Amino acid sequence: MAVTGAVMLLYLLAHMLGNLKIFFGRESFDEYAHWLRSIGVPALHGAWLLWIMRALLLAAVVLHAASAYQLSRRDLRARPQKYSHRQRLEASYAVNTMRYGGIIIGLFIIYHLLDFTALTLNRNGVEGAAYDNVVSSFSVWWVTLFYIIAMLALGLHIHHGFWSAARTLGVHSAAREKNLKAVATVLAVLLSAGFMVVPIAVLAGLVD
Amino acid sequence: MDVRAPRDEPTALEGAPTVNLTLRIWRQRGPEDRGAMVTYDLPDVSPDMSFLEMLDVLNERLILEGEDPVAFDHDCREGICGACGVVINGQAHGPRDRTTTCQLHMRSFNDGDVIDVEPWRAGAFPVVRDLVVDRSSFDRIIGAGGYISVVTGSAPEAHSTPVPKPVADAAFDNATCIGCGACVAACPNGSSMLFTSAKVTHLNLLPQGAPERETRVRNMVEAMDAEGFGGCTNTGECTVACPKGIPLTSIGNLNREYLRAVTRR
Repeated sequence: MAVTGAVMLLYLLAHMLGNLKIFFGRESFDEYAHWLRSIGVPALHGAWLLWIMRALLLAAVVLHAASAYQLSRRDLRARPQKYSHRQRLEASYAVNTMRYGGIIIGLFIIYHLLDFTALTLNRNGVEGAAYDNVVSSFSVWWVTLFYIIAMLALGLHIHHGFWSAARTLGVHSAAREKNLKAVATVLAVLLSAGFMVVPIAVLAGLVD
Repeated sequence: MDVRAPRDEPTALEGAPTVNLTLRIWRQRGPEDRGAMVTYDLPDVSPDMSFLEMLDVLNERLILEGEDPVAFDHDCREGICGACGVVINGQAHGPRDRTTTCQLHMRSFNDGDVIDVEPWRAGAFPVVRDLVVDRSSFDRIIGAGGYISVVTGSAPEAHSTPVPKPVADAAFDNATCIGCGACVAACPNGSSMLFTSAKVTHLNLLPQGAPERETRVRNMVEAMDAEGFGGCTNTGECTVACPKGIPLTSIGNLNREYLRAVTRR
C-alpha cells in the first residue's frame, strides 16, 4: 500500500501542478493538454508515454485497492467479537475515514475519467478542447460539489497515508517524526487546495 | 481468584466517602459459550480500592449469593507482571494513562458511574471464561525469536560488551513491555505490531541480539501473522493504551528491521 500510494502521490503532484496552467488561459492549457499526449516524441511514438503512465497508474490503483481489501479482511477477522463499548482515543478523523474515503476517491476516479478523459459524461465533450471541457463541467454545481468532497477525502487520505507509508517503509524514526508529520500536512493541504482551486475559480467566474 | 473469608464489616471505612457503581460485565462460561454483558449494582465502593479489589468485593458478594464469581486474570497487582487487563468503558486498562488495571483506583470514577468491563477482544486471544483470555499466542511469538541464544552461566562482566548509553536506553524502553496485550485490545485491527516491535527493537538494538538480528525479525513477524492478528494501519491506538508507553516509533523500527532482513536474504 505504501509503494503504490507513493506512486500515486507523485503523479497527483504533477497532475495538480499541470491543472494550474488553466490560470494562464485557454491556449496555454490546451497546448499543455496536447503536449501530454506527445511527450517523448520522437524517441517515443505518439502517446506511448501517456499509455505507459496510464498502465502504471492503473496497476498502482488496482494493487492499492486489492491490498486495502486484503488488509481490511484480515483486520475484521482479527476481531470476530466486537466491543460493546468502543472508544478511540488517538485515531484522528483521517485515520477513521481511510476506508470510506478510499472508496469515495475510487468512485471519483471513475467519474473523473469518464468526464475528462473519455469525455462521455462531459457536457462540452470536444477532444483537444481541454479548457472548454473543464469549464463546462465545473459550471454545474453538483459536479463541483462532488469534486470538492472527493478532494477533501483525498487530503485526509494523504494526511494519514503519507505518514503511515513512511512508517511501513521504515523511514520513520523518533527524530524524523515531527518533520514527517509536517510534510504529510503540507502535502495534504497543498494537493487538496491545489485541485479545488480550479472548480472554485470556474464557479466564481475567474475561469470561463 | 482471591477467595477471602466473608467479612461482616462494611467494605469502606465508616464515614469515608464511597461511590455507588453500576457494573456491566462480560460473562461467558467458557470458550464455546456465546456470552453477554450482565449488570451488577455495587454500592459503597471505597475510592481507595483498586479496580481489581473492587471486583474482589463484587465476587465475595456473588459467592455469598451462590453465584459464580467473575473470572479475571491477575498476579502481582503491582503493575509489572502483565497478567491483569480488562477493557474498561472501551479503554484497555481503563482511563488512566500508563496504568495497568490493578493500579487503577476507584477514585478515577464518580458516584453513579456505569462501568462496562469487557475482556481483550481478539481472535488470537480467545476468551477462556468471563474476562480471562488465552494469550499464549504472545508466548509463541516470543518463542519464535524473542530471545538471544547464548551460553548460560554466571552473569558476564558488564563492561565486556560496551553499549552506548542512548542505545541502552532505547533498548530498555522497549524491554519494559510486560506483554499484557493492551496494544492488541486497543488496536481497531486487533494487531500485535507494538508488542512484536518492542521485543524486536529491544533485542536488535543490542550487540547481544546482533547475531540473530535477521532471523529474529523474520520469524517473529511470521509467527505473529500465523496467529491471526490483524494488520497495522498506524492508527496509534496501541501506544496510548500501553501501560509502559512503548512508543509508536518501535513499529517503524520493526518495519525497517523486517525490510532489512528480507532484502538481505
